[in-house]
Amino acid sequence: MTEFPLKIVTPDGSKYDGAAEALTVRATTGDIGFFAGHINCVAPLGMGRATVVINGQKRYAACIGGMVSVLDGKITLLPTSFEWAEEIDLPRAERSYEKAQNVLGRKDATDADILLAKARLHRALVRKSVAETK
Amino acid sequence: MATVSTKEIRSRIRSMESTKQITKAMEMVASSKLRQAQSRALAARPYFEALLATIRNIAAVSTETELPYLTVRPVKRSAVIVIAGDRGLAGGYNSNILKLAQTQCDGRDVLIVPIGKKAVDYFKARQPVYTEQYAEAGEMTVGDCFSVAKQLAKEFCDGRIDEILLCYTKFVSVLSQMPDVQQLLPLKQESAAPGGQEILYEPDAQTVLEKIVPEYLGGALYGALCESRAAEHAARRTAMNAATQNAEDMIEDLSLKFNQARQAAITQEITEIVAGS
Repeated sequence: MTEFPLKIVTPDGSKYDGAAEALTVRATTGDIGFFAGHINCVAPLGMGRATVVINGQKRYAACIGGMVSVLDGKITLLPTSFEWAEEIDLPRAERSYEKAQNVLGRKDATDADILLAKARLHRALVRKSVAETK
Repeated sequence: MATVSTKEIRSRIRSMESTKQITKAMEMVASSKLRQAQSRALAARPYFEALLATIRNIAAVSTETELPYLTVRPVKRSAVIVIAGDRGLAGGYNSNILKLAQTQCDGRDVLIVPIGKKAVDYFKARQPVYTEQYAEAGEMTVGDCFSVAKQLAKEFCDGRIDEILLCYTKFVSVLSQMPDVQQLLPLKQESAAPGGQEILYEPDAQTVLEKIVPEYLGGALYGALCESRAAEHAARRTAMNAATQNAEDMIEDLSLKFNQARQAAITQEITEIVAGS
């Protein structure tokens, strides 16, 4: 399959820089897929599983926030957080999940708390599901 | 030779020694913190650069010029984000960045967003600041960066500010740090090519920029914060290294004087004994 240059850079460092055959990410409006020769495009990312096909091998990752852009055939993925499935700290995600559930179960939680807990829950769920599909 | 009493010299040596111990300890602490901050800054740098490059590219090739983030308005009020340190004794680190920030503010209507205790203290004494919430630059998290970014993006969209500037210190190397100003918003369009390329915005340009610009501001802020932190520790280490060296020089000098004074006293005593016998 035709390859395209892909760069995945997060605030914690570069996660991938090289050729890839396909990329699927969860944008705010749903999954978007990219192949070589895609037109210039910009989309903000939501929270979800990203799939990268490298040398015919599928790799999964939890990809949260940020944006994806295609310019002149080069794809740049700039997520706020990006963890390959094998890097995910599952116990931490589980803890985070329980913590968020606790906050959401409390009656005296403020709106801000609930908002934070919801985001945390969402992230934890994404990480858990990606870690389990490996 | 003017006889300085050996006792006086000895007490000065002792005090220099304790000063040296302190500066040495501070140097060591700064070194270990520097190592951490440096790897963090170096890890964040590609992201910071890719983010800036991408967003500038979008701004340059975009054909939608009527979007709020892309239009350059006459600047009535600018927001200036200033990142300084929490503590002193870091050589020129704080004064350099504050001086640079002050030149940005002079004679203009500005909204100051100070980050770090030194910046908060400096600007609070001069004018009302936007927030005093971020008095601890060392404690600021990615989440904090994004929440500041979101607020500022909103102010910009509502037309309360027309420009956002970021003053931070660039970590060039362990020995060199450069205070720097970056214009974050509006996105510059200097290379606006006449035949701008079409970009597919998913779902549409308005929504995309509304989502992405706060991300970009937050990312840029976080990157600058990492750079500044590394620069602060590097500056402190250099300053403390110099202080330790100075203390050593002084101790050496004083020890020489002390030995001379002691020798002079002994010689005098012997002379007196010999003369007396």
